[in-house]
Amino acid sequence: MSRVLEVRDVAKSFGGVHAVRGVSFEVNEGEILGLIGPNGSGKSTLFNCILGQLTPSRGDVLVDGRSVAGLRPSELNRLGVSRTFQLLQVFPQLTVRENLILAGQEHVGSRLTRLFGARDSGLSGAADRMIDFFRLGHLAGEKAGGLSYGQQKLLDCAMAFMAGPRLVLLDEPAGGVNLTMLGNLKERLQAINKETGATFIVIEHNMEFVMSLCTRILVLAEGQIIAEGPPDVVRKDPKVIEAYLGH
Amino acid sequence: MFDFLQLVIAGLATGAIYALAAIGFTLLWQTSQTINFAQGEFVVLPAFITLIFMNGAGLPFWMAALLAIAVSMVILGFVFKSVIVDPLIQHGALPLVISTIALSLFLKDGIKEFYSAEAQPFPSLLPDTLVSILGVKVSIAQIGTFCIAFATIFALNWFLSSTRTGRQMQASAQNPTVARILGVNVERMILYTFLINAALAAVAALLIAPSQFAKFSHGEHLGLAAFVAAIVGGFNQVRGAIVGGLIVGVIDNLAATYVSSVYRQAVPLALLVLIILFRPQGILGRKEERAV
Amino acid sequence: MNLASLKVPLFLLAAILLVLAPIDLTGIGLPWPGLKRYGTFILSLWLVTSIAAMGVNLIVGYAGQETLAQAAFLGIGAYTTALMTKVGVPFAVAFAASGILAFAVGWVLGFPALRVQKHYLAFVTLAFSVFVWLVIRNEEWLTGGVSGIQDVPRPSVFGLSMKSAANFYWFTLAITGALTAAMWWLLRSPWGRAFTALRENAVRAESLGIDVRGYKLLAFAIGSAYGGLAGSLYAPLVEFIDPAPFALGPSLLYLLMVVVGGAGSFVGPFIGAIVAVLMPLWLETGVSQIANPMLKHLFSYLLVYAFLVMVMMAFCPSGIAGLVERLITPKRRPHSDDKGPTLGTARASASQTGTKP
Repeated sequence: MSRVLEVRDVAKSFGGVHAVRGVSFEVNEGEILGLIGPNGSGKSTLFNCILGQLTPSRGDVLVDGRSVAGLRPSELNRLGVSRTFQLLQVFPQLTVRENLILAGQEHVGSRLTRLFGARDSGLSGAADRMIDFFRLGHLAGEKAGGLSYGQQKLLDCAMAFMAGPRLVLLDEPAGGVNLTMLGNLKERLQAINKETGATFIVIEHNMEFVMSLCTRILVLAEGQIIAEGPPDVVRKDPKVIEAYLGH
Repeated sequence: MFDFLQLVIAGLATGAIYALAAIGFTLLWQTSQTINFAQGEFVVLPAFITLIFMNGAGLPFWMAALLAIAVSMVILGFVFKSVIVDPLIQHGALPLVISTIALSLFLKDGIKEFYSAEAQPFPSLLPDTLVSILGVKVSIAQIGTFCIAFATIFALNWFLSSTRTGRQMQASAQNPTVARILGVNVERMILYTFLINAALAAVAALLIAPSQFAKFSHGEHLGLAAFVAAIVGGFNQVRGAIVGGLIVGVIDNLAATYVSSVYRQAVPLALLVLIILFRPQGILGRKEERAV
Repeated sequence: MNLASLKVPLFLLAAILLVLAPIDLTGIGLPWPGLKRYGTFILSLWLVTSIAAMGVNLIVGYAGQETLAQAAFLGIGAYTTALMTKVGVPFAVAFAASGILAFAVGWVLGFPALRVQKHYLAFVTLAFSVFVWLVIRNEEWLTGGVSGIQDVPRPSVFGLSMKSAANFYWFTLAITGALTAAMWWLLRSPWGRAFTALRENAVRAESLGIDVRGYKLLAFAIGSAYGGLAGSLYAPLVEFIDPAPFALGPSLLYLLMVVVGGAGSFVGPFIGAIVAVLMPLWLETGVSQIANPMLKHLFSYLLVYAFLVMVMMAFCPSGIAGLVERLITPKRRPHSDDKGPTLGTARASASQTGTKP
């Protein structure tokens, strides 16, 4: 099993505040890793450091053994690392299909074919398959801004998978999604993981969701890893319980 | 060498005026994310208000000047905020930017149509007499300008750091949410910022008009100098705006003599490009995280 | 009424009317004597202004950036064309050179500015406007300074002279048509989708592999090139160029006219250009009938224009195009309300999607 992501001693401070203090971990191909921790434990900062949205104060991030320090988020994305955001981010003025084409267009052809070539970059078929996969078929031509919250959340995830990424970072995918939609989302994520072998890292507050989705859990508190292991082990770890109750 | 020092001192005097305009610009940005593209015209209009009070109402200069500052605070502070900024701010940055650009044209053309298209001589409180200090000739007017500008800046600084209202203003600028929770009336603090900006612009107008005359089109250069001063200093810092203003003033003055007077107005561009290329966060600014 | 289904017929009708505008149709029984020399000139001026405004619309309306230098790019194109055609270079070469030069300058200017914060492009273009105007005014050996360049020649196409007002108008119309088609293609290509994406949500666009900085730069350079091409037509149209139309003030007007017309709407720049070209004429005729000199001042072109823009920004940020669309589009289910993109979209959509239910 190959190592997709390696985080080596990453630290990040803002002014005098140390949000992340030296975190190291590895993620193997096909894993679904859950990243949990109380509010303010540094999960999102760590995410943003991995994704090039923030520059770490220290440490290194390797994707497929290659350091990605200093890469812009778009460059990282074209290397096969994709993400969703904590707050929903679709393009409300574009249709569902166009949102998905947009998510894939920079991964096919070149700048010139994107100007002179097909208007859909040849991605309409792939977009429709993705739409069907996430059960949004009846909405393909609707503007994304008109979808319900849960549907937008599904579209948001679908966009992250559109370019066939190796590694996907999901920031609170379950946040604000109702129960029916939640089951749908989890099942789709597991299906896509099985089908494509893509690796996931998931930040989530919904414990039930994260424990049933993930194969391994990493617990962060005050910018450091305090526990790591399979869901059942982590759930019973006294340090984890204390970190949650102590706050 | 003495010529050079003379130019530097004259530049510092102009620069102190730019600093006033740049501080106001920065304050508006900090507290309400308003980029005021009419800032240059804000530094022109008060001079004309003064002239109207003097020539129209026959008031003495000092009284006209004080009234002009008060009227500016109402028009360029209160009215500007409530008529232009408040209705637009929730639409995002771009409509407001465009509206202030339109405002700059409106003020500029208004002055031209209703007062005059010609440059107007403007009275000075201080004589142009040259005095020699250690062999360097400086005019009393220059020293006076510099002193008044810095007295204003120090007064502002004292107000912001030593009074309760001033500290509440700073808190509102840094973190409006927290300030609100702590019971600060953030809306009122933002209004104060607009009033202060207008007052600073008015003082700058009264200081710059005697040496450069008052003309409707001067806002272009003054505005550009203020923007560049703010950016050179670090865009979101009052200290930066002061340093930036002085730098722009001095370089402006040196370039006019040593490079070419016809390209004097291009100096801000050159500075701007250099800063963006080599120190985008400004001289005193902290490095910010990437915008995207 | 469904606007979308009427778009093609409306467009064809407009095209036919524009082609026929200078022709006397009374011979075939239609009550249209044809536009005279001056009317044809005004129409040509509108076309040239529209080209420049299309460029601004790409930068401001689609890519969400700010440019305060479009008149400066017109100046670059106008002087390039005037200088080249005066020494005998064919117009086609001068036209291409004008566009390429404006594109290159736009690229060099945008590259550093777009690396840093939002709004820096506005400041850089503002300063650049002043700089270009200074160069045009001061480098007399090249540009003739304030006395400008006279007798800019009009081109001939396949031996046919464009000297007459009507011929030059058709020539301009053909080029405008081609540039409009090119813009249409650009906006419908994946590039156009990327532009919309970076305006609506640059952070998300970047995370989807879209090189936001690169696309912003492209939008700015292409928009500026449209300015250069417009300038290249402007010089032979007016046949005499001096620094005044390329100063900062006119640059601001180009931005404002796009906003008045409707930023982010395809027809917006054309509407804005009509207002910008015709309003001074209306005001002039209107004002000549006013006796009170104070009132005359009140109808100064810039004053009215600036006031209009401020009112528009407060009540209808999507411009005249947005207003028209809003008036004739029947109310539908709120969630599929497809009002055109407005300048405020970025913030509005952020607040829409930024809160969890």
